[in-house]
Amino acid sequence: MINFKNVSKRYPDGYVALNNIDFTVESGEMVFLTGHSGAGKSTLLKLIAAIERPTSGTITLSGQNIAQLKLGAIPYLRRKIGFIFQDHNLLFDRSVFDNVLLPLQISNFDSKTVTGRVRAALDKVGLLKKEKAMPIALSGGERQRLCIARAVVHRPSILIADEPTGNLDIEYAQDIMSMFTSFNQVGVTVLIATHDASLLKDAEHRILSLNQGKLAV
Amino acid sequence: MIRAWLMQHGFVFFLTLKRLIATPVTSLLSVIVMGITLSLPTGVYVLMENLSAISGQTMSSPQMSLFLKLDIEKEDIESVKQRMEEDSQILSFQFISKDAALHQLQQSNGLADISANLVRNPLPDAFIVNALENTPGNLEKLRATMQSWPEIEHVQFDSAWAERLNALLKLGRFIVLMLTTLLSVAIIAIMFNTIRLQILTKRDEIEISKLIGATDSFIRRPFLYFGTIQGLAGGATAWLIMTLAIRAMNEELGTLALLYDFDLQLQQLSPSDSISLLLFSAWLGWLGARISVASHLWQIEPR
Repeated sequence: MINFKNVSKRYPDGYVALNNIDFTVESGEMVFLTGHSGAGKSTLLKLIAAIERPTSGTITLSGQNIAQLKLGAIPYLRRKIGFIFQDHNLLFDRSVFDNVLLPLQISNFDSKTVTGRVRAALDKVGLLKKEKAMPIALSGGERQRLCIARAVVHRPSILIADEPTGNLDIEYAQDIMSMFTSFNQVGVTVLIATHDASLLKDAEHRILSLNQGKLAV
Repeated sequence: MIRAWLMQHGFVFFLTLKRLIATPVTSLLSVIVMGITLSLPTGVYVLMENLSAISGQTMSSPQMSLFLKLDIEKEDIESVKQRMEEDSQILSFQFISKDAALHQLQQSNGLADISANLVRNPLPDAFIVNALENTPGNLEKLRATMQSWPEIEHVQFDSAWAERLNALLKLGRFIVLMLTTLLSVAIIAIMFNTIRLQILTKRDEIEISKLIGATDSFIRRPFLYFGTIQGLAGGATAWLIMTLAIRAMNEELGTLALLYDFDLQLQQLSPSDSISLLLFSAWLGWLGARISVASHLWQIEPR
């Protein structure tokens, strides 16, 4: 599903974020990516969605080489991925419902089916009762769940989460993790970056650990 | 697929209207600025159109007057008529007998007394001729041909006057073109700036939309709609200004016409001119928005 081969990322100022990364995530797998902050986790995730481009190496996603993707093809790549951003990236000028609606509007969904899809996604994360609320009125945990709803509403085959449990207390965090597990159980490939060691303790999933831009096996 | 596409455009259209209404004062002000800007060249255009309509007969078909010799017979008149009918260069002609001419003279203001004192009719028989092609060279050739006919005393054709008027109208049209060009640039600049400010305030939305897979055309669309709708509203405002202005001027002209005993009314913009004005202003709005979007959107790339 996701394959990194000799991938390096060096920023213009000379800082090497990723150094010769090799790994594969199989379709339907759930994988954790861990490491200290600054280890390059976010950069690695952004490379998959072509938010950042690698300096060298090849990244393939279901057979497609992302490193050489043309600019015009990037939007279609991103629609295959559900991305949960570290800094949420919610729109505060519109309701919970409209935030989740955005990915469907972007990919030209028929307006007859969108309402049902948005409600289904909100229901999955337990926010159905708050669909008319504005994001500003939500708690931190609720905002995180709203991000998840927005990431899954267009039913992507890959779910990528960047520190989805950062700043959440343990109960909320476990709640969120169980959501990811349930998405994975219906066949979605899940890749989660976290520095939260407590989440990894009893996880039976594969763990990739990054240290100063290198993958420690 | 087409249905989804239509839905998408309908959605953006209403979203844009909502945005326009959400900031009523700003929207209204820029529409008024555009309207006034557009009404200037439109006004000059309307005046030009009216001027060329008033002088229309002389302008579009300069007439020649043929004066026959005083001592000719009826048969000569018939033979002149015959020749004119055969001449392919002549579009139409009208015979004015000396009696009709005298009668007309007696009807004219101020001249009735003079003409009443005339012992005999001093006026010649005459023809008024409309040429098929109104190029100066052609008219001159036709004049020379008719002058050579034996029955003809004199062919009168004031080409200099027509040419002067023509040049004047040409100058007017040039002024319209110049004003339109300059003010179009101004409108594009206004729209450019309006959209630039909008893009800045929508920065988050643009960035997030790009992050979750929005194409450039999806992001551009609301701004282009905004520009087009505002341009259209500006054009409609200009149309309204012109219509009201012409109506008001016609009232004034009515008073003037009554005093001077002539009939002069300005014509409103024709339906096709009105549609052209609206389409043109909508296009200007779209163009300003398009240029602005093109020069600002690339700066917003998610990192």
